[in-house]
Amino acid sequence: MYPSRFRYEAPHSLDEARSLLAQYGDEAKVLAGGQSLVPLLKLRFAAPELLVDINGVPGLGHHRVEAGVLRVGALCRHVDLERSSVLARHPLVASAAPLIADPIVRNRGTLVGSLCHADPQGDWASVLLALGGHVVAEGPHGRRPIPMAEFTLGPFQNALRPGEIAVEAVAPAPRGQVSGRYLKLERRVGDFATVGVAVALETDGDRVVRAGIALTGVGPHTIAATAAEQALVGRPLTAATVEEAAQLAAEASRPKGDHRGSVAYKRHVVATFVRRGLARTDLEAVA
Amino acid sequence: MSYGRAGTSEVRETRTGERRVTLTVNGERRVVEVEPRLLLAHLLREGLSLRGTHLGCDTTNCGACTVLLDGEPVKSCTMLAVQADGHEVTTVEGLGTPGELDPVQEGFSREHGLQCGFCTAGMMLTARALLDRVPDPSEEDVRWALSGNLCRCTGYQNIVKAVLWAADQERTS
Ligand SMILES: Cc1cc2nc3c(=O)[nH]c(=O)nc-3n(C[C@H](O)[C@H](O)[C@H](O)COP(=O)(O)OP(=O)(O)OC[C@H]3O[C@@H](n4cnc5c(N)ncnc54)[C@H](O)[C@@H]3O)c2cc1C
Ligand code: FES
Ligand code: FES
Repeated sequence: MYPSRFRYEAPHSLDEARSLLAQYGDEAKVLAGGQSLVPLLKLRFAAPELLVDINGVPGLGHHRVEAGVLRVGALCRHVDLERSSVLARHPLVASAAPLIADPIVRNRGTLVGSLCHADPQGDWASVLLALGGHVVAEGPHGRRPIPMAEFTLGPFQNALRPGEIAVEAVAPAPRGQVSGRYLKLERRVGDFATVGVAVALETDGDRVVRAGIALTGVGPHTIAATAAEQALVGRPLTAATVEEAAQLAAEASRPKGDHRGSVAYKRHVVATFVRRGLARTDLEAVA
Repeated sequence: MSYGRAGTSEVRETRTGERRVTLTVNGERRVVEVEPRLLLAHLLREGLSLRGTHLGCDTTNCGACTVLLDGEPVKSCTMLAVQADGHEVTTVEGLGTPGELDPVQEGFSREHGLQCGFCTAGMMLTARALLDRVPDPSEEDVRWALSGNLCRCTGYQNIVKAVLWAADQERTS
């Protein structure tokens, strides 16, 4: 399968990339890992006039923790996060990375590209949503942060304006004791989630300071399980509060029954994953 | 498209839209003129006549087309040839020679790591990258590393054995 014809540019600076994007507006597409875009080009679901390959732009490959804040550059690959040694206080990110796609796709694909792609089945959107993260966009009018909750507008639609490029995804510094992880039910490696649940938890003693719970694959888009989060914040993490959160998250899900499972089954898995995600080995009550 | 070896005058005039790309394939520098939409898999197979790289699904799912880009496995059906500019590509033809097989190739032969052979080039390149990074992998490491390469024939058992054989061979030789 061949993509239709396009012009290809591989700028060596962010300025150059931005001015190409500004010039072509809607007719241009950024090429990052290409693991979603190239398949779309081949199927001719996408046929941009210009591809701006950012792989040669310096200063985008990083991921680092500064004063507790995690910054993931636009060229940081899934595999970099999978093998990272700086994610001790970001267990949700560390646990999600090896569950994205398959090992070969992870060598190329990027977290930021995944957010931009805005596939309702994408795993990273749930992770960033649960963390209360944001995307940093750079465009003709400078830099602006876009909260993850506002970044995805719909299936395959993001909040970037024509001419803007996403340079970084950012997760804020967690407070207190950090736990949580990403749980994903998939039929085989490389499959999208039948059910995915992202749990980010910050506690002070046994009291919950912040809870983030987001759901993948069980609705028309990534779902923030806000009621479940609110049921936890300010309260101790006990079997009862965990159970309440699990049920509220299951209620917030809007799965469709399909070959991967029935509605009831998927809801059940959501509740189970929330329980497991909240489990802290140091707190007996939840075990 | 036109293709030439570095340092020769084989490279023809650039037709509109074609790009000159310099890459190293199996240790040899190549200069090619390609349309930006040409996929790396097609450059290798049709342009450079390296037909050991197979196209299975052509939809980024099977890993049959896997080659190494600067030592890391990538799906060559999901990368543009222009993106290989300045990079090193290794295909199965660069892994070993009939007289001097790579231990991974020898492992596949000894342990019957293939049946139809369609997935084999991709499997071996992914395995090579694993052993370069993890010389002493567990069976679980091997299965995890190969989980993006699909095989319709073997049931994987002998493929895993082949890779473990190669690892063992490399450690003891
Ligand atoms: C077989 C297979 C299985 C997969 N399984 C999963 C899975 O289980 N879970 C999952 O979450 N994902 C999965 N994916 C998708 C994968 O994670 C992709 O890597 C990711 O969706 C896109 O990242 P990319 O860097 O490859 O982006 P690209 O393909 O390069 O780009 C995707 C889109 O985002 C835009 N874009 C990219 N970067 C930027 C930027 N910096 N600024 C502005 N726009 C940008 C592009 O223009 C394009 O529209 C799978 C993909 C494949 C092929
Ligand atoms: S042919 Fe490239 S992944 Fe199947
Ligand atoms: S040997 Fe036939 S597909 Fe693997």
